[in-house]
Amino acid sequence: MVASGTYGYGDDCTDVADVNKLGAIITKSLSLKPRDGNPPPRIVETTGGMLNSIGLANIGVRRFIDEKLPFLRSLDTVVIANIAAGTADEYCEVLDLLETEEGVDGYEINVSCPNVKDGGLTFGTSCDLTEGITRRLRARTKKPLIIKLTPNVTHISEFARAVEGAGADAISAINTLIGMAVDVKTRLPLLSTVTGGLSGPAIKPIALAKVYEIARAVRIPVIGIGGITNVNDALEFLLVGASAVQVGTANFVDPRAAINIAEGILAYCAQMHIDDAGLLVGSLDAKGHLSVLDTWL
Amino acid sequence: MIQALCLVQGVHQVAENIFVLRFVSSTISRTSRAGQFVNIRTGDGYEPLLRRPFSVYRTEGDDVEIIFNVVGRGTAALSRKHTGDRIDVLGPLGVPFTLDADDFATAVLIGGGLGVAPLPIATSALRTLGKPILTLLGSRSSTQLVESHLENLRVATDDGTRGYEGNVVALAAKILSDSTYKKPKLFACGPIPMLRSVADLARRRDLPCEVSLEGAMGCGFGICQGCPVELIDSDKKYALMCKDGPAFDIRRIRI
Repeated sequence: MVASGTYGYGDDCTDVADVNKLGAIITKSLSLKPRDGNPPPRIVETTGGMLNSIGLANIGVRRFIDEKLPFLRSLDTVVIANIAAGTADEYCEVLDLLETEEGVDGYEINVSCPNVKDGGLTFGTSCDLTEGITRRLRARTKKPLIIKLTPNVTHISEFARAVEGAGADAISAINTLIGMAVDVKTRLPLLSTVTGGLSGPAIKPIALAKVYEIARAVRIPVIGIGGITNVNDALEFLLVGASAVQVGTANFVDPRAAINIAEGILAYCAQMHIDDAGLLVGSLDAKGHLSVLDTWL
Repeated sequence: MIQALCLVQGVHQVAENIFVLRFVSSTISRTSRAGQFVNIRTGDGYEPLLRRPFSVYRTEGDDVEIIFNVVGRGTAALSRKHTGDRIDVLGPLGVPFTLDADDFATAVLIGGGLGVAPLPIATSALRTLGKPILTLLGSRSSTQLVESHLENLRVATDDGTRGYEGNVVALAAKILSDSTYKKPKLFACGPIPMLRSVADLARRRDLPCEVSLEGAMGCGFGICQGCPVELIDSDKKYALMCKDGPAFDIRRIRI
């Protein structure tokens, strides 16, 4: 799958990627009204990653339905609408608008955007609010409901249990980590909002640990996200308990990254004589460990 | 837009700290227009992580050239490429200058520093269109001027080692006051402060003007939303530098 906010609405990538080969497209977060997003600079490259402060710039759910959904409907892949909102009512309203449309196969709820003043992370860092939103949305749809969790909390598994209890079908994790970058010459922050969300290879070890924590806490499927750039990264997430993975920042560098990874997983299975990639999920042998020299040299 | 592993045909230093890299891509060569860019992976792995954008400098047959100075990790890595290496290129990207518009008779091409990059292609396109060209090129010093493949060229250097002593916008202001050009339009590329003063000059003299912006981009084709440019009088607050630009009419944007 391609992660929300890293593949637009799919239509910008068709020149270079066969998007039908994706497991799913998670749309850019959709809000009730169009959002301009934050002023520049919105992105900065950091060691092994990038910080962003896009601010949920998007065309709004109504224009999405009119302008983007027809294209997505024509694809032979799963379309998950990602929803962001400032209030619980607004989450419901966006979902209701999409619920009547053909072509949306499920929802991923962004309760964890670090870059907006209203809503976003305020929900995602409150277990009660996250649970409450999940419960309300659950009552409004029979389609798959995925809650995307933030790592910017003390115990992510508490949130995972809460949304499982509230009826979520799956959990995706992790959203970006709050980070910051500074220019020492000018003593200025490098993002207009001072802090932003860190993504890319730099966050992979953290994401793996969070997914591992969540997968042991809940029974619903976990979708692993965080710094996946190649098939090995993806396999690591499957082994620690993710049932699927999303590729995010790597899409910016290589719009075919997710497709190459999907093909790579199949090739790995064939090589290892595993006839069902599902058998990999959670198959980590946490009691053993590898001599560090084997991977170090 | 295509994504391809392109064969490097050579990297040559053309001025102080300024390099031209030539690679093979018949599609990019055939379809690139003045002001469009390519987004290049400069490393083999994910360090540096993001691609680096470069204006298409020249095209010749199946070959494409970019011009750059070494300012950081990405450009340092590119300057070390050898003939026979492969580089991952995405392009051509972005909206070009509108050279075929009829709102002008004389094209005044203004380049500051590496802002010379889109001018050779603009020159050949304007020649084909049969439009007269005046080219104004500025740099800090004569050692950093790259003057080839341009037409009717006047130069300015900050230190006065070549041509007009001062910045290229001051030269443009002087020339536009002293001479009469038929229906001139300014097409400028360079650092943002320079483009700002070109835009001021155009507004003062009531001339049409397009600028090609340079700046940090995440993806280069619109999916990351990382390169907003503030719009004037629009229902949208921002355009994207990579997808809606990098060439913009100055009446559309706040720079």
